[in-house]
Amino acid sequence: MHLAYPAVLSALLFCTGLYGVLARRNAILVLMSVELMLNAVNLNLVAFDVWLSKTAEETLHSGQALTLFTIAIAAAEIGIGLAIVLAVHRNRGTADIDKLRDTAERHDPDGTDHDALTAEQSGEAQKAEATA
Amino acid sequence: MTTTTLAVLVPLLPFLGAVAGLLLGRTAPGFVRPLAVLPTLTSLVLATLVAVRQGGDAAVNAATELTPTGSVPIELALHIDGFAALVAVLVGLVASCVQIYSTGYLRDDPRYPSYAALVSLFTSAMLLVVYSGDLIVLLVGWEVMGICSYFLVGHYWETPEARAASLKAFLVTKLGDVPFLIGLFALATDAGSFRITRVLGAVASGSLDHPTLIALLLLAGVAGKSAQFPLHTWLPDAMAGPTPVSALIHAATMVAAGVYFIARLLPLFEASQAAMVVLAVMAAVTMACSALAALAQDDIKRVLAYSTIGQLGYMSGALAVGDRGAAVFHLLSHGAFKALLFLAAGVIIHAAGTNSLAAMSRMRNLRDRVPDAYWTMTVALLALAAIPPFSGFFSKEAVLGVAEHVVTGHTDRAPAAAGWIVLVAGLLTAVLTAAYAMRLWLLAFRGRGTEAPDHGRQPLTMTVVLWVLAAPSLALGGFAFRLLPDWFDGRDLSPTLTTSVLGTGVALVGGIVTYGAWRHTTALTARVPLGAVAAHPEGDAAQVEAEAIATHKPAYGDIAYAPDPADPGRLLLSPLHRHAAAGFHMDAVYRALFVRPVQAGASLVRFLDREVVETYVRGAGALPRWLGAAVRRAQTGNVQTYVSALLAGTVVLAVAVVLVATGA
Amino acid sequence: MTLAATACLLATGPTTRTAAETHGFLSPTGVEIAFVLVGLVTFGAALVTVTTRQLVHAALWLVVTLGGLAVEYLLLTAEFIAWVQVLIYVGSVVVLLLFGLMLTRAPIGRSPDADSGNRWAALTVAVAAAAALVWVVVDAFRTTWIDLDGPAAGSTEATGASLFQNWVLPFEALSVLLLAALVGAIVLSRKAKAAAATAAGSTPDTRSTPATGSTPGTGRTPAPGSEKEGTR
Repeated sequence: MHLAYPAVLSALLFCTGLYGVLARRNAILVLMSVELMLNAVNLNLVAFDVWLSKTAEETLHSGQALTLFTIAIAAAEIGIGLAIVLAVHRNRGTADIDKLRDTAERHDPDGTDHDALTAEQSGEAQKAEATA
Repeated sequence: MTTTTLAVLVPLLPFLGAVAGLLLGRTAPGFVRPLAVLPTLTSLVLATLVAVRQGGDAAVNAATELTPTGSVPIELALHIDGFAALVAVLVGLVASCVQIYSTGYLRDDPRYPSYAALVSLFTSAMLLVVYSGDLIVLLVGWEVMGICSYFLVGHYWETPEARAASLKAFLVTKLGDVPFLIGLFALATDAGSFRITRVLGAVASGSLDHPTLIALLLLAGVAGKSAQFPLHTWLPDAMAGPTPVSALIHAATMVAAGVYFIARLLPLFEASQAAMVVLAVMAAVTMACSALAALAQDDIKRVLAYSTIGQLGYMSGALAVGDRGAAVFHLLSHGAFKALLFLAAGVIIHAAGTNSLAAMSRMRNLRDRVPDAYWTMTVALLALAAIPPFSGFFSKEAVLGVAEHVVTGHTDRAPAAAGWIVLVAGLLTAVLTAAYAMRLWLLAFRGRGTEAPDHGRQPLTMTVVLWVLAAPSLALGGFAFRLLPDWFDGRDLSPTLTTSVLGTGVALVGGIVTYGAWRHTTALTARVPLGAVAAHPEGDAAQVEAEAIATHKPAYGDIAYAPDPADPGRLLLSPLHRHAAAGFHMDAVYRALFVRPVQAGASLVRFLDREVVETYVRGAGALPRWLGAAVRRAQTGNVQTYVSALLAGTVVLAVAVVLVATGA
Repeated sequence: MTLAATACLLATGPTTRTAAETHGFLSPTGVEIAFVLVGLVTFGAALVTVTTRQLVHAALWLVVTLGGLAVEYLLLTAEFIAWVQVLIYVGSVVVLLLFGLMLTRAPIGRSPDADSGNRWAALTVAVAAAAALVWVVVDAFRTTWIDLDGPAAGSTEATGASLFQNWVLPFEALSVLLLAALVGAIVLSRKAKAAAATAAGSTPDTRSTPATGSTPGTGRTPAPGSEKEGTR
C-alpha cells in the first residue's frame, strides 16, 4: 500500500479537526474536533510504524506505543476538558467559546452592549471566585 | 564687654527673639509678648551703649572670615561709625515703640505671635544692614527685610487689597534688587572685596573702572527699597498692612535703608557726576510728585505714605548734593516723627472707625476722643512741615542749606545742576508738605457733623509710645544740629539764614493757603453726607483697620480717592486732583509697560504651547494611537480568533521553510 | 503483493524504491481500494461532524469517524490499536461527550448558532493548512510503499513485547499521569460540590451541578483503568 494514502487521509482529518476547533461555537464540539486531530495523528503514527517495522531490521514499535500513549492521554484530556467545560457552564451559564471574552480589550469605542456583556461576565466571574 | 561684642549682640537678640517667638508662638502664648518686646528693648539699650562708646570717634571695624569663598572673600564684618551707631539707635527706638504699641494694637489678633516674630526678625535684619561692614552681609539683611515686609504687608491677607499690595511690594522691590545685586558684584569685582572699607579705599585711589555703571545699578536697588521715583508705587499700596508695620518698615527704617546705603558708599557715587545728577533728578521728581499726590489722598495712611516718599526724596536730594550728614540727620528726625505720625494715625483710625479723611471731616470732636494722638500728631505734623523749632525744621534746613551751598559754589562736591534741582524741588515740596500736613490736621481734627463715636480710652501701650516719640520729634533737631557734626563728617548742619527764611516762609504760605481753602470748602461737608465706619468698633485696632481698608473701595469707589467736594486739596489742585489721587497714573504706566507686555507674552506662549507645540505632540501621538486602536481591535477576547491567527502564521512559516529547504 | 516483493523489501533500501516504483497509483491493490473507500467514509463523517448543526448528531457522526479509523488501523495490520480505538474512543469518549452535551443543556435538534463568527477565517486556515500538508506529504512520500504482507506489525503479541520491553518506563510514567488526572477530576468535582452547596438555594439550575460535576470524573475513570487492564 502506498504510504501516501494514510498520510493524506491523516492530513485531511487533521485539517478537518482544525476547522472544527476554529469554527465551532460549543466547547464540547471543540473537544470533539480535538479528538479528530488526535486521531489523525494516531493514524499517521500507526502508518509510519507499520512502514518502518517492515523496512528496518530492528524496530521499537515506537509508533504504536506512542499511539497507545496518545489514546490514554486523550482519554484523560477529554475527562479533564469536560470537567472544565462543565465548570464554566455552571459558572457562566454558557459553554459558548465566543462568549468567554474576559481577555478582551475593555474600552471598546464601538460596542456598548459588548461592554455590558463583558462587564456582566466579569461580574459573574467575580461571583464565582467569591463562592469558590 | 567690648564694643564689638555689644554690637554683635544688637542684631542677634531680636533674631533670637524672632526664632523663639516662632517656636513658642502656639505652645506658650504667654511668652509671646515678652519675647517680642524684651529683646528689642535690650537691643535699644545695647545700641545706645555702642553709640556712647563709639562716640563719633574712629569707626569700629571687626571682621571674621567664616570660610574661604573664592576669588572675592566674604567676611562677617562690622563697620560702626557715627552714622551706623546713631541709625541703630533710631531703629532700636522705633522698633521698641512699635513692639510695645503692637501689643495693644493687635491685642486680639490670632496671628499676633507670627506678626511679632516677623517684626523682630525685621528689626534684626535692619540692624544687620546698619552695622554690617560687608556688602554681602548687608545684602542678606536687605533681602530679609524685603521678605519680612512682604509678609507683614500681607498680614490682613483676607482682604484682596493686602494680598495685592504684598505681592506688588515684593515684585517692585525685586525689580530694583536685581540690578542692585549685579551692581554689587560689579563693584566687588572692580574693588576686589566686599568690605565697605576696602571698597571706599579703592574709590579713593580711583581704581574703579566703571563708577557710573555701578552707581546707576546700585541706584536702582536703592530706588526700589527707598520708594524713589520710578519704583515708588509699592509704598502707598503697602499701607494695606497694619499701622505699626507701616510705622516701622514703611516709614522709619526699611525705606531709609536705601538712603543709608548711599550714605555709606557716598564717595562711590561722588565719583560719578552722572550718577549724582540722576540721583538729584530722581529725588526732585519724587519729592514734587509725591507731595502733590499726598495732597489728594483720602486714606490717612496713604497721605503719610506719600509724605514718606517725599521726605525720602529730601534725603536723596541731600545725598545728591554730596552731604550725607544732612541726609542721615533728616533720616533720624524723619524716622522719629514719621513713626509717630503713623502710630497716631493708627489710634485715630481705631477711634474713628475709618481711614477716610472725608469721613473724619464729618465727625465732630474726634480730637477729644484721642487727646494724646491729637497733641502728638500736631507736634509731628509741625515737624513734618518744617516749622521751627521742631526737629524737622533743622534737618530739612540742613538739606536745603547744603543745596544752597552747592548752588552758590561754596563746595565742589556735587555739580551745580544737582544743587539747583534739589533746591528748587525742595522749596516747592516745602510748600506742598505744609499744605498737606495742614489739610490732614484740619480734616482729621476739625471735622464738623455728627459726634465722633466713643469707644472709650485707647490702650495705654498705644498712647504712651506716642509721647515717647513726641520728644525727639519736638526737640531732637534743636539739640542735635550742634552735636551731630562730631558724629558725622564734621560739616556744619546749622540752618543758614537764607534757606531758613525761605523754607519757613513757603511752609507758612502753604499752611495758610490750605487753611483758607478749607474755610472756603468746609461749609460743604454738612451738605454732602459721606462716610462709612467699621462694623465692629468694639474690636481691637487691627480689626477696625482691616475693615476700614476692606470697605474703602466699596464705599468710595477707589482705594485712594473719595468724591468729597469739601476737600481743600480738591480746590487747591483742581485740574491735577484726579491725577494726583491716582499717583500720577504710575500704576497705569507700569501696567502698560510691564504687566500688559508680560500678559501678552504669556498669552502668546500659551497660544504657542496650546496650538503649535501641542499640535506637533498630538500629531506625533496620532500614528501610534491609530496603530494602537487597530491592534486593540484584534483583542476580541475570542480564543478561536487568536488560534486562527496563530495557525495561519504557522502555515505561512511552514510553507516558507519548505520552499527555502527545497530551494524553490 | 507477492512474497518475492516482500523479500526484496525486507532485504535492502534501494530495492524498496525499485519495488515501490513497480506499484503505480493507477493500479491499486485490493487493500488500497478498501483503504480509500473507508477513508472517504471516514473523512466524510469527519466533515459532517464539524459542520452539522445538530450537536448530538455531531457526536454520532464522530462515532462513525472513529469507527472508520479503527477499520483503517485493521487494514494497516495494527489490530491491537484498532480494538483499543473501538474500546476507548467509541466506547467511552463519545459516551462522555454525549453526557457533556446533555449536561450543558445542548439543544436537541438544529441549533442556528453552532458555528461561531470565526467560520470563514477558520475555513481559510484549514484549507490552507490542508493544501500545504497534502502537498508536502505527497511530495515526500509519493513513492514510498508499505509492505503489508508477512507477520502483522501491530499484532497484540508484537505490541505487548515492545511495550513491556522498551517502553516500560514511559508506560509507568503514564500511569502516574492518569492517577494525577483522576485526582484532579475528583478535586474539580469536590470544588464544584462545595460551590453548588453554597449557591444551592439561590438558583434552581445549579441544583443539578453536583451530579454533573461528579459524572465526568466517575465516567472518565474507568476508561484508563480498562485500557490499562486491556494492555496488561
